[in-house]
Amino acid sequence: MRLKHLLRSTLGALAALLAAFGFAAAASAATSVRIAHLELDTDARYDETRLAFRGLAQPLGRPFAGAEVALREARFVGQAVGAEFALERVAGADAKALVASIDKLNKAGVRYFLLDAPGAVVAEVAKAVRGRELLLFNVSAPDDALRQAQCQPNLLHTLPNDAMRMDALAQYLVSRKWRNVLMLEGPRPEDRLLAEAFDRAAKRFGLKLVERRPFVLSNDPRQRDQGNVALLTAGSDYDAVFVADSDGEFARSVPYRTVRPRPVVGSEGLVAAAWSWAWERHGAPQLNSRLEKHAGRKMADPDWAAWMAVKAVVEAVVRTQNAPFATVAKYLKGEEIALDGFKGNRLGFRPWDNQLRQPVLLATHNAVIERAPIAGFLHPTNNMDTLGFDQRDSRCAF
Amino acid sequence: MNAPIRLLAACVLALAATAAVAKGTGYVFVSSENDHAVTVLDSKSWQVVKTIPTGQRPRDMRLSPDRSQLYVIASKADRIDVIDIAQLKVTHSIPVGEDPEMFDLSPDGKRLYVSNEEDAQVSVIDVATKKPVARIEVGEEPEGVRLSPDGKRVYATSEVANMVHVIDTATHKILANVVVANRPRRFAMTPDGAEVWVTSELGGKVTVLDGATSAIKATIAFTPKGFRADDVTPVGIAMSADGKTAYVTLGRANHVAVVDVASRKVQDYVLVGNRAWGASLNRDASLLFVANGLSDDISIVDTKSRKVLRSVPVGRVPHTVVIDD
Repeated sequence: MRLKHLLRSTLGALAALLAAFGFAAAASAATSVRIAHLELDTDARYDETRLAFRGLAQPLGRPFAGAEVALREARFVGQAVGAEFALERVAGADAKALVASIDKLNKAGVRYFLLDAPGAVVAEVAKAVRGRELLLFNVSAPDDALRQAQCQPNLLHTLPNDAMRMDALAQYLVSRKWRNVLMLEGPRPEDRLLAEAFDRAAKRFGLKLVERRPFVLSNDPRQRDQGNVALLTAGSDYDAVFVADSDGEFARSVPYRTVRPRPVVGSEGLVAAAWSWAWERHGAPQLNSRLEKHAGRKMADPDWAAWMAVKAVVEAVVRTQNAPFATVAKYLKGEEIALDGFKGNRLGFRPWDNQLRQPVLLATHNAVIERAPIAGFLHPTNNMDTLGFDQRDSRCAF
Repeated sequence: MNAPIRLLAACVLALAATAAVAKGTGYVFVSSENDHAVTVLDSKSWQVVKTIPTGQRPRDMRLSPDRSQLYVIASKADRIDVIDIAQLKVTHSIPVGEDPEMFDLSPDGKRLYVSNEEDAQVSVIDVATKKPVARIEVGEEPEGVRLSPDGKRVYATSEVANMVHVIDTATHKILANVVVANRPRRFAMTPDGAEVWVTSELGGKVTVLDGATSAIKATIAFTPKGFRADDVTPVGIAMSADGKTAYVTLGRANHVAVVDVASRKVQDYVLVGNRAWGASLNRDASLLFVANGLSDDISIVDTKSRKVLRSVPVGRVPHTVVIDD
């Protein structure tokens, strides 16, 4: 009895002491939640001349700006849970350099990394840091392979992949009953990936690829049949022309040069995008204006993806009351999280491949024509899973 | 005029004013975001009596305490237009800072509390001098603004920070930041101020806060038949003056939820128009008016039978309905 009493009072005192200590810690200093943004010194996707085209579905600048806007949005909510969010920008020459930076920062306590790099670099970096106590967010590589064979348990994707975007476009074409499509395919490996993704979408949604013709960006008269849009679009009939052109330089010359008066889609005309500066619903004008004020340019897909990645970290930290990393990571990847991407739906990551499920916008140069999933394309649990790799299509094994 | 007579005259005037309040004009005012106008409807025939041009993008509206004036936010004009109810025209304007969205009026009608969406601020404006008294920094994209019945606190939502900010109206300092379900939008309050209800559009819930401690007391979820959780996007909310029933518009789910305040149980779902947002009750809470942003009409719901009496086409993108009954 005496012992029991003593034990109880000792435990009580201990609890009080711990509570006091915890309180003091919370009151004295907010813990810092550091997010690192990694990018390459030189990245062809942000080449000055290429940016100057302002191609549809092309970046308009480095996505770090999007991450910065998201960090600013986190000011208030961080205070509420005693967390101070910080963002640092690190550049490296190649994948190895980026891995070295991750190693260094991870040792210094950084757990969240945004990765702005092409698919091959993302794959290499993610493989090298597999199993570490960190989360890596791919914000600019749309490669399907990163979500399939190359998937990694701690690699998440906020940018929609090619399959998602092409499915969105195919849904739109089907909804317009523009079922016969002529495909023009570029020579680069990235063009091929786009063409393959559209081919897959066409099969899924019942579009007919009338023909698949290779194009080259050249005025060489010996290659005239592959460089001249009129010649490329002559012959068979079709409802729309799909251009698979990863950098958009050829694609921009296709509209109005086709033999038949048909709409151009894919890399010009009407494109499937994560974001559009012309999107006007669900708070989009305010977000667009914040980025424009901050970066002096309009917001594009990778900006949105970087913004979304920081928002995901903030949301998970806040909802778990700034819990230890394992708890935050579990919540972030879990079914319960409801991310606000300003596209009208509750977003979260697909457990089978870590891809953020999200609506895809079908946009022209200055208007959003539709938002996919398009009405009528249904899924047994979540209509957003009609876009890209559903669980049964997944070849990802973590 | 000597003092006693002046006093008597003032009393008579006050009485006359009270009588006017009791009667009301019977007009129903609807702000239309894309028409830059407030549509005035007759509450018997539901015909348009007048269309009053306002500044660009009129949104939230509120009657002055004496019900002689209607304050209308003109978001893109950065001001509040004041409509004289007797003349049915804008008589003057009050500048209220960049991109104002919603607001509330102090119980004495002397101060305006306005959410400034672009600047992430709540502005406090003196009605008489038309000058700002304070600007309070809040989370990004503040929207709903609501004063406690005693006027001592003002509540504001931040759609991006997912927070309710509780602000002391005497010091203009933030008393509490409460994290609620995602994309919090608008408020309703029990008449005694004991409970603050806030809708969360993306979270699909209503969060009930304790008016005294700002602690979360409960959350209410909605499951209208035939809709997935993703379609339930609560935005508008109205509570009857007796504090017994709350009406919550469910946005994409095109329904209004009828909630018993005491038990916090959803009693019914009423089908209304497309993207139901704004919700307002008449004084005896017999009629509920719902602004349907995507079908450009308002639904008038009989709260007893819980049936839509009629849908009245109004201007493009109706935002708020105010009833002067």
